Amino acid sequence: MTIEKPNPLAEVLRRSSVLFIFIGLCLLLSLLSRRFLTFSNIINVALQTSIVAITAIGMTFTILTGGIDLSVGSIVALASALSAGLIVKQGLPTYPAMILALVIGATLGAIGGFLIVKGHLPPFAATLAMMAAGRGLTLVYTRGWTIPIMLEEFTFWGTGNLGPLPVPVIVLIIIFVLAHLVLSRTRFGLHVYAIGGNEETARLAGINTDLVKVAVYIISGFTAALSGIITAARLWSAQPNVAAGLELDAIAATVLGGTSLFGGVGSVGGTIVGALIMGVLNNGLNLLEISSYYQKVIKGIAFILAVVLDIYTRKRR
Amino acid sequence: MADDVSVLVMEHVSKSFPGVQALHDVTFEVNKGEIHALVGENGAGKSTLMKILTGSVPRDSGTIYLHGRATEIDSPGRAQALGISMIHQELALIPYLNVGQNIYLGREPKGALPGLIDWSTLYAQAREQLAKLNIAIDPKTMVADLSIAQRQMVEIVKALSLNADIIVMDEPTSALSERETERLFSLMRSLKEQGVTIIFISHRIEEVFAIADRVTVLRDGELVGVVPISEVGIGHVVRMMVGRELGEMYPKEEVPRQEVVLRVKGLSRDNELRGIELELYKGEILGLAGLVGAGRTLLARAIFGIDPIDKGEIWIDAQKVDIDSPQKAIALGMGFVPEERTAQGLFLGMAVRQNITISALDKLCRLGFVNFKEAKRLAQGYVQRLDIRTPNLQQRVRNLSGGNQQKVIIAKWLSLNPKVLILDEPTRGIDVGAKAEIHALMSQLAKQGVGILMISSELPEIMGISDRILVMHEGQLVGEFQRGEASQDEIMLYAAGGEKTNDHRKA
Repeated sequence: MTIEKPNPLAEVLRRSSVLFIFIGLCLLLSLLSRRFLTFSNIINVALQTSIVAITAIGMTFTILTGGIDLSVGSIVALASALSAGLIVKQGLPTYPAMILALVIGATLGAIGGFLIVKGHLPPFAATLAMMAAGRGLTLVYTRGWTIPIMLEEFTFWGTGNLGPLPVPVIVLIIIFVLAHLVLSRTRFGLHVYAIGGNEETARLAGINTDLVKVAVYIISGFTAALSGIITAARLWSAQPNVAAGLELDAIAATVLGGTSLFGGVGSVGGTIVGALIMGVLNNGLNLLEISSYYQKVIKGIAFILAVVLDIYTRKRR
Repeated sequence: MADDVSVLVMEHVSKSFPGVQALHDVTFEVNKGEIHALVGENGAGKSTLMKILTGSVPRDSGTIYLHGRATEIDSPGRAQALGISMIHQELALIPYLNVGQNIYLGREPKGALPGLIDWSTLYAQAREQLAKLNIAIDPKTMVADLSIAQRQMVEIVKALSLNADIIVMDEPTSALSERETERLFSLMRSLKEQGVTIIFISHRIEEVFAIADRVTVLRDGELVGVVPISEVGIGHVVRMMVGRELGEMYPKEEVPRQEVVLRVKGLSRDNELRGIELELYKGEILGLAGLVGAGRTLLARAIFGIDPIDKGEIWIDAQKVDIDSPQKAIALGMGFVPEERTAQGLFLGMAVRQNITISALDKLCRLGFVNFKEAKRLAQGYVQRLDIRTPNLQQRVRNLSGGNQQKVIIAKWLSLNPKVLILDEPTRGIDVGAKAEIHALMSQLAKQGVGILMISSELPEIMGISDRILVMHEGQLVGEFQRGEASQDEIMLYAAGGEKTNDHRKA
């Protein structure tokens, strides 16, 4: 049988299928609602997407290694509470408080990663534990109360603008560019893919797989903490129950974006598109005045479709 | 002990695992630039010996001399640094990285800034390494897009790029077609000319005689002997391996032709199976030969209802049937022993009894409760009839040898009294003794009237055990031979598509 050369056009189409879904969704919504394709609404979608997207970029690293991070929602809440609380309650200056919140988020990620590589816990179990612990710490720290924060130096990170763009969107763009460069250009990035492809081979090739795996959970913890700060800054307050279930949104965005739940395949570019699909879907459902209760069901269905697509393309190869 | 020509001597090596003496005082000695075969039945200690050599298992006692010097090999990384590489049975490349990235994984050329990779150097070096062995694969090809044979070539290139001068190949031909095997052998010969030493582990004794200079035989963890290939015959080595006179390898009994049990008419699927017409008679062993990728497994899967078919009819006992699922196929009296027996045929963590009776539970249940006494009796019967070597029925299947695992799968199907049994590579990776037993079992089943469709990539097996041979090429049946009618070369010619050469890899 003559070896069939992969048709380059088909390959491009296959790889960008999410992009077409995204464009199709946008077209559909612009037909259904006049308000969809307005500048303010587009900025609104970008702003709403940024928190999920930043978190999903970190999630992409863990899923690429064949792992998963269920703790991100709790880390968002904890970082949000700490950044606001350290300023309001402990009187720390803004930036040290924010940096401390990032460090603690990354540390929680590191603990999860450590449990996985040294304790040999499955990633879902280790990060499920961190999810519970993180939420618990948030409730302990806030005693269950909302911490309001009006300090403009802080709220700027959630509500400010630089030129036409909201600050969270700019943060997202910076994080995306960095993550993309790390994954596509660096040894570390290649090793992330290698571990997801075949961990044993990667280990035998002399890669310190434990170190790489801990690092991806640190990255995931860091991006979650960053999302947490932005969340508090946007809401002008830290709420202890914020971002519950965000892990599902982040995982869905990642998988929708073409990153395989089995590891080894994917990109942060895809993840951004995945997050945008989720954002546009949310926005569209709001514009169409569909109850937010239904929105969760629809999100669940979108997630199932994404995973089915992943499994299907895997089988085809 | 270490003389000039010995590149490697493993002296008085012993190793025990809990409850098993895996190696007992084994001395293994390899000359520079030779192809040295290491043979023995499953459990003879070949793998353990090679794992010690490549640093993934520590030895209990003994000394390893490399180039005449006592050497400690305590990790795979150390073995690699010493120039010892192993090409594993399960290929160890990363499917979604490209060839160049795989070859230099973990030692990527450093780029302009710390942490960056110099991609152009990486691909240039990879291209150079591939060219050295005349392998026409682009270093930017994704490994997932390569054939098994090509992946193996890449693994060898990777080993050589690590400056390996001793390469251990563990069953490298088990997933290759005859033609790919020939290609691998010529590569091995050219490596040998370059002074690379190859340790070759294989269950296919014919191959050992085709390629090796000397052969070391292990049995039950002990050294049986070392013989030069040129001085002994196959029978001699096989006797050394099994320690007894072996029954006939292909004990085929003649069965008079009876009525057709399975008829396939015009079966097509995608572009992979095209207009397949075949008839399988009661009591017949029908061999299905062809190159890897010719569509033989796909045909078996289509007949068994695993993959849907686009066109065509399947008849059983002169009745047109509609097989849309394996359940349906089983209900119609078919059995399928898949190629990947551990992944698709067995519940490794479950006991022998459970594995044998799992498909027959309907018969064994009353009001949803399993009649354990009856299940035990049934399983015990098959263990005796098929001579499955297991300490008891409670033993987990994981702990059985490959041959005995295969017998458990066959027993599972026999418990359903099938009319048609499809066997996909039934003796792959099974040692010679057990192989002959599986062949005898097949012959016996045929005699009892079961129609057997056997896919095999080993031509001696196809020719030795089949009543009739069909040859498949590019999803079509292209040739049919009666038993004893065809020569190995003729079958190969058909399998390769006649005069049409389509070898896209330049040799």
